[in-house]
This record gives sequence, structure tokens and C-alpha cells, in this order.
Amino acid sequence: MSPIQLEIQLVAAVVAVVCALPGTFLVLRRMAMMSDAISHAILPGIVVGFFLTGNLSSPILILGGAATGLLTVVLVEWMRKTKRVREDAAIGLVFSALFAAGVILIARYAGDVHLDTDAVLLGELAFAPFDRLQIAGYDLGPQSLYSTGLVGLLCATFIMLFYKELKLATFDSALCATLGFLPGLLHYALMGLVSMTAVAAFDAVGSILVVALMVGPPISAYLLTNRLDRMILYSILLAVIAAVSGYWVAHLFDASIAGCMVAIVGVQFGILLCVAPNQGLLAAWQRRKRQRWQFAIKMLVIHLLQHEGTPEAERECRVDHLQDHMAWEKPFAENVVSRAAAQRLLNLVGESLELTATGRELARDAIVHR
Amino acid sequence: MEQLLGDYTFRTVALGTAILGAISGALGAFAVLRRQSLLGDAVSHAALPGVGLAFIITGSKAPLILMVGAGLAGWLATVVVLVITTTTRIKYDGALGFVLSVFFGIGLVLLTFIQKYPDASQAGLDSFLFGQAAALVKQDVITIAVLGGLALVVLVLYWKEFKLLSFDPEFASSLVLPVRRLDLGLTTLLVVAIVIGLQTVGVVLMSAMIIAPAAAARQWTDNLGVMVLISMAIGAFSGVGGALLSTTTSNLPTGPTIVLCASGIVLISVIIAPRRGLVWEKIRRTLQSRRLRSEAILLDLFELARKHESFEHPHMEAALLVMHPDASTLRRQLRSLHSKGLISVHSTGGWALTQEGANTCKELMAKRMR
Repeated sequence: MSPIQLEIQLVAAVVAVVCALPGTFLVLRRMAMMSDAISHAILPGIVVGFFLTGNLSSPILILGGAATGLLTVVLVEWMRKTKRVREDAAIGLVFSALFAAGVILIARYAGDVHLDTDAVLLGELAFAPFDRLQIAGYDLGPQSLYSTGLVGLLCATFIMLFYKELKLATFDSALCATLGFLPGLLHYALMGLVSMTAVAAFDAVGSILVVALMVGPPISAYLLTNRLDRMILYSILLAVIAAVSGYWVAHLFDASIAGCMVAIVGVQFGILLCVAPNQGLLAAWQRRKRQRWQFAIKMLVIHLLQHEGTPEAERECRVDHLQDHMAWEKPFAENVVSRAAAQRLLNLVGESLELTATGRELARDAIVHR
Repeated sequence: MEQLLGDYTFRTVALGTAILGAISGALGAFAVLRRQSLLGDAVSHAALPGVGLAFIITGSKAPLILMVGAGLAGWLATVVVLVITTTTRIKYDGALGFVLSVFFGIGLVLLTFIQKYPDASQAGLDSFLFGQAAALVKQDVITIAVLGGLALVVLVLYWKEFKLLSFDPEFASSLVLPVRRLDLGLTTLLVVAIVIGLQTVGVVLMSAMIIAPAAAARQWTDNLGVMVLISMAIGAFSGVGGALLSTTTSNLPTGPTIVLCASGIVLISVIIAPRRGLVWEKIRRTLQSRRLRSEAILLDLFELARKHESFEHPHMEAALLVMHPDASTLRRQLRSLHSKGLISVHSTGGWALTQEGANTCKELMAKRMR
């Protein structure tokens, strides 16, 4: 592994982690599409910043982009408050208008400089190591590592300092407001962070892939846990895995690195969607199957308890009677009986069924409590 | 201008963008009403891998083949969103953001593959990112018109059902309408509208073509049929306007110009549309508060007069000033009441109710009692 390869992976991993941090809160606050809106809407801010500085990696660009990101949030909020346009339509309107303005600015005034529209959407990680930060002649490594690292540090500090406030505002905004924690201010602060992250990351991975890295690892992590701190941790881990393995897949197929990272993000989610414990499709299927048998067994013991010791017990408490009474198919009825017998809830005496003490208890419990 | 209208290329482009605007306007109306504005954004991004795959499989750049590929991928994206939201606790916005960005990332990987094809330049595919309205030829316009026309015919045929689905899906299902199939049908029509526009305005800005005309049209009417017609007109108008502006100005790309035109119309509509417009609301509120304030002054005079033998007993401005502390407003209101003949000015400088003023007060009080 050459130093350049290592540096590309490092930049990719840092970008992925930095995106996953605010992304977790976006997903939980049901504002995932704001990452899409902001990552497009920062374009005019970056273009104007570029005109002012003439340098694509100047910190002014990050500030300009963050300002347009916040402008997006304010405009969406304003349109929503007029009640003339619903929130989803407002998001779509604002970001596409700003993006269109950015594309026009580029086409009219920046046609022949290194700020073409392709770079906005696609980005190119492979070039990251060639733009280096040099201070007093010393080579300190790729420039983008520092810009994204700085924003990442800011995100991490903000989340650590305001962890409990963010948690409260995310899960119970009304309580947060009554306790005097200003959820509105937190909202804008978070959106400011999202904007800065989007600008810092967009040079490396392009605007749409910022969305993938903000939304993908957090929703995958959401399938794994019910705890906020774990969700953040898993998002970070998944993001790093996607970054490194994405790089090697791209290397293998000689394809776009950012594109492959996103494809891995998709694969991660696909796998977790199937196999995640509790939340996954497989777990849900098994749970449903188990519950179906449990329910049938419960019905059976209740039925037996009802007729236990009554004159018609001999007729009612038989395996073949279940087909009429419960409308169960023969194999199903036999299966239920053998499962119940295996759990020692009943004994099969000839053709008739007798409850055990445990079975009787289960039936009484089911009648009283459910 | 005349020369421009005679220009064959311009006529082709304008016709194409007009038809496109009308069709996306019609289907966008339903998307906006059903709160699916951002689905258009997701579908247009998600169509990219379909374009790439269609090219890789067939090796052809014919618009129809690429559109079929794009349509299938876009349609698959909506199905994936549906699966995620129905089987997990991940919300609609997270599912949209994930599908949008991951499909797009895979599309980018495919495009980088295609770039390496020895003979085929991928110029035709690149236009899907930002659109190339200026490159529209007669064949494209015919494809757009035929596919869009088909979508409109289906929309008209199932008008009743789609209307019910958009406003009251529960009622629709209680009428034993196949709600899920209708939902799928309407979404498919939306996918068609998006796909035919991709090559002209590009993936990012296509969502604006869906949302903007509909959001503007919503301000002008409360009737679905009228709204769809207005939306189509606004879409077509933005298409022609954008094409015209970008042809007459150098370095002004068509797609973004169309989007900015449409966004401008939304802003104007939100502000000045009759009844729903913000300006009218402001005027209504001002007039109402003015009326309430002058009624209050009149009633106060009435209340003061009741303490005396006749309602014509004059009261000085100073007495009223206690109840209405803003002197200039009070004076203006008194003047206006005087000009309406409800109060008269006494020789001492005091104000008294006229007979008509007293009657008005009694009416007002009776009305408020009710």
C-alpha cells in the first residue's frame, strides 16, 4: 500500500465519519432530506466564495457554503410558516432554485476554471492527496484531511457538549422547550453543522454522495440499536468500513471511489435490513412464525381448560375435534399438539388431551391477563 | 423576436420544454397534493443507474431505450422506499434520502465504467446529470410528446379514482377500489413524467419541474381540475420562457433558467394570488383590525353615554385616550367614524354618538351577544 493510497483511504474515512455524526441526528429528527437540500443549496455559496478568494480550498468557502445552507433552512421555515406550501414541497423548491442559481453562476462567470458542474456532483477522492497543505515548506499532508478534520472536530465537540440537549430536542422537542433548552436554536446549530460538513465533504465526494454518507450509515445503525450513543458509534464504524472497503472495490474495478463507497453503504444497509437482530426482515419473519405457534398453543390450552371436567370433555378434548372447533388443518393441529406436549403443557392419553399443571396455569394466565 | 420564432432549432427546443413543463405540471399537481414532492427528487436521481445499465446492455443511446432503463430504475426506487418504510421503523425521509443517494452513487460507478468504453464517447449520457435542452432534436420532442401524451390519457381515464386517492384514500378503500394498485399506477405516471424530462433538464433540477408549477397553481384555486390545468400552463410557460431567455442570452443554460422561471412564478403566486396570497391576507388583517378598533371606540362612547341622561352627551378625547392610549390612531378612527356620520363633534370639542351611531352600537351588541 503506497502512502498515496493510505492518504486517500484516510481522507475517505474522515469524510465518512464527519458526515455520519450530524447525519445520525438528521435521521432521528426526520429531516434526512434536509441533507439533500443543503448539499445542493450550498453550491451558490461556494461559487460566490470562490469568486471572492479564487481558491477552491479556502476556509471562506466553508463559511459561504454554511451561510447558504442556513439560508436554505430559513427559507424553508419561512415558506412552511406562510402555510401556502407544505414542508416537503418547500424543501424541494428552495434547494432546486438555489442549485439552479449556482449552475447559472458557474456557466456565466466560471466557465473555464476548475469549478465545473461535474465536480459538484461527483467530486474526486483520487485527487485529494495532490492538494497538499504546506506550512513553511513542510508538507503536512492532504489539505482536505485538515478541512474535513476541522469540521469533524467541531461536530464532535458540539455533540459532546450538547449531547443531552440534542437528545432531548430530538426525542421530545416539547419537553425540551418547557425546560428552557431552546430547541429552535439547537435546530439551527445542527443545520449549520450539516451545512459546514456538506461543504467540507463535497470537494472530496460530491454533493449527492454527502447525502449517502449522512443518511446511509445512520439508518443502518438504526436497525441495530435503540440507544442513541450506540447508534452514533455504529454509524461511525459502518462509515469507516464503507470508506476503506469502498476504496479497495474502486481500486479493483478501477471505478469512481466515492461511487463505490456509496455502493458499499447500500450493500451494508441491504445486509442489515435482512439479518439485523430484532429489526431485520429475517428476525421479524422468525418472530412472526414463533408467535403464530405460541398463539395456537395458547388457544389450545384455553380450549382444554374450558371443557376440563365437563360432561362433553371426552368429545371436546380430542385431537381430531380441533379441526372442527378451531378450523385448523389436520397437520397444523397435530403440530400444535406435539409442540404443546413437548413444552409439557398437556399429555396425550390415547386420543384425548389432558392438561398438565403448567398447562392449566398458562391457560388461566392467558384468560385473566390477555 | 420574429427571427427567433422562425428559427427551427429554437422552435424545437421551446416546443419540447413546453410539452415537458405541461406534463410534469399535471402529474406534479398530484405529487404535491399527496405530499410526495420529494419522491420526484428521489426518482430522478435513482434513474441514473437505469440509464447506465440500459446503455451497457444495448449499446444504444436512443432516447427511448435510455428512458425505459431510467423508468425501470426510478420505479424500482419507489418500490424500495415502500419496502423500507413498511417493514422497518425507518421513516419516509430517511428511506428517500438513502435510496436517492445510493442509486445515484451506483449510477456514477456505471458511468465511470462506460467512460472507459473504447469507442463510445459518453457525451449523450452526461447530459442526464445537468440536462441539455439546447440539444433537443425533433426525434426527442416526438418521444416526449408521445410518452407524456400517454401518461395524460391514463390520468384522464382514471381521473375520478386518482382524485379520490389523493384526498381520501381511506374512503377509496372503503369503496373497494384497488387503492394499492391505483397508488402504484399514479406513482408510475409520475416516474414517466420525470423520465421524459431527465435528458432535458437533468436529474437535479427535474424535481423542481414536478414541484414548482403545482405549488404555484395551488395558490390560485381550490379545484383539482383547475389546479392541474393552471399547473400545466405554468409548466409550459416556464419551459418556453426559460428556453427563450437562454437562447437570447449567452452562457445561460436552459434547464436552470427554466427552474428559476418556475420558482419565480411560485414566489409571485404565494404573494399575490387572490384569496390565498400573502398580500391579500395582510390587507384583510389590517382592515379587520381597523374595523374592530373603531367598533371598540364606538362601543366605549356608548358605554360612557349610558352614565348620562342622553346618549348625545359629549365626551372629551382625553376620556377616550384612557381606553385607547395611541393618540394618533384614536384621532384617525374618530375622524373616520365622524365621516360615516356615526358620531358628531360638540361645540365644546367633545365627541357624542349620533342617533345612527347609537343604533349601530345596539346592533353590534346584539350581534356579539349571540
